[in-house]
Amino acid sequence: MSTLAHDGVTMVGRQLRRVRNSPGLAVLAQLMPVNMLLFFGYVFGSALAMPGAEYRSFLVPGLLVATAAGGVMTGMFQAAQDTHRGVMDRFRTMPLSPAAVPLGQAVADLVVTAIGTVPLLLVGLAVGWRVQGPAPAAVAAVGLLLLFRFACTTVGILLGLLTRSEEAAGQLGASSFVLPLLSNAYIPTGNLPHWLRTLAEWNPISALTTALRDLFGNAPVPADSAWPVAHPVAGSVAWSTVLIAVCLPLAVRRYRRC
Amino acid sequence: MTTLLRPDAGSARIAGHDLVRQATAVRRSIGVTGQHVSVDGDLSGRENLRLFARLHRVRGPNDRAAELLDRFGLTEAADRRAAAYSGGMRRRLDLAVSLVRRPAVLFLDEPTTGLDPASRNGIRDAVRELTAAGTTVLLTTQYLEEADQLADDIVLLDRGRVARTGSPAELKALIGWYAEAVVADRDALPKAAAVLDRLTGAEPQFDHDRHAVGAVTTDPTLTLPRLVRELDAADVPLLDASLRPPTLDDVFLRLTGNPS
Repeated sequence: MSTLAHDGVTMVGRQLRRVRNSPGLAVLAQLMPVNMLLFFGYVFGSALAMPGAEYRSFLVPGLLVATAAGGVMTGMFQAAQDTHRGVMDRFRTMPLSPAAVPLGQAVADLVVTAIGTVPLLLVGLAVGWRVQGPAPAAVAAVGLLLLFRFACTTVGILLGLLTRSEEAAGQLGASSFVLPLLSNAYIPTGNLPHWLRTLAEWNPISALTTALRDLFGNAPVPADSAWPVAHPVAGSVAWSTVLIAVCLPLAVRRYRRC
Repeated sequence: MTTLLRPDAGSARIAGHDLVRQATAVRRSIGVTGQHVSVDGDLSGRENLRLFARLHRVRGPNDRAAELLDRFGLTEAADRRAAAYSGGMRRRLDLAVSLVRRPAVLFLDEPTTGLDPASRNGIRDAVRELTAAGTTVLLTTQYLEEADQLADDIVLLDRGRVARTGSPAELKALIGWYAEAVVADRDALPKAAAVLDRLTGAEPQFDHDRHAVGAVTTDPTLTLPRLVRELDAADVPLLDASLRPPTLDDVFLRLTGNPS
């Protein structure tokens, strides 16, 4: 265990240093959700039946979750890049704890995400989003969000170790953009056809988005939804736990013998 | 043998540890530098050395990094991203990273391929220092003259199979020395060839441009004075005569059946 702690902490340090060496990339990554908030918030917000200000409040939790889901993309890209460029092979010739490399990457990503989400929150506040619920609930919401980010990064690391190619990771990552579209992150699912609504509500993004809206006090839990959305906190914890429990051991195994 | 791939057959022990069952102990004993094993391009040279020193639990990782940067002539570039290094600098950094703690066995996969002569010599000097200090180095190379200079034991591979193993001297002894005569005019070549044929029993090889003819000999009584005397006795207008050991290139070409 002390090996894992030592190697893991060193790996977290490595990833954070990389971000510090090219801060531009981290800044660029934050532009996307901010742009989407402004674009969706005002363009869609003006076209939807829901009043614009209310829609923007509704949208901020959705964008927070959609950004967290981007962990699949960044996790995959980084793991594929490390594998492709040979530094992964060097780690694999060293007596490291096998979990240190994937865990180090995922934990460092959490730190970067926690800092990187600040601009989105600030812009959200500027366009009218507020934490309307009690403070402990808001803290719980942040915890759920980070847990989900960690789960998504784990999924991404596994995929990155499997694809081993930066190009493939880039392509797959680009198509992961559609995942939040098939959820309640940007729109209420109440008016969708039944089968599509069921599909969207079983999307892990939907459970967490609903939980955040509920905990921040932005929107109530919608009536007669699928189980993960009807019980959003339990649903989010369950989704994240399942994803981590499945993908993390597989990623460690794959790292050991790819 | 670096634990990156599982063997599909057979077994090996590295520094006394079984490659498959004691993989962690093997990893504790080895250093690897090769085309596919690399450093982190997004970190500077110094950051890479510190990272790997920490992972190897080297005491004083910062001092060790500075020491290795200095030794491999990278101090000036120490704080630039490794991705921006030239090929030679990158290779030296790769080697330095493998040496943050002195491994019992060091794998170097074509460490000098594509490098300028100064960088090549730097890496060769480092290999000599390491072996002198007791590290076992397993080095692969396409330059056989490099193997000749550095190696105690050589394994010649031909199309993925072991063609021959031995020390440089043993390998060279397999094909014998090369006796050569250079004559004043081309018409004298057949006469010189006849003498070489009689002395060595091997088929003479002509180099018409240089007016030279030579043959391989394993006869220990064929010395240079005797070669000169015999050629002179046959009235060969001799300009130059030599008896030289074969190069490893000669050995490789002969053993793999690809005479050029």
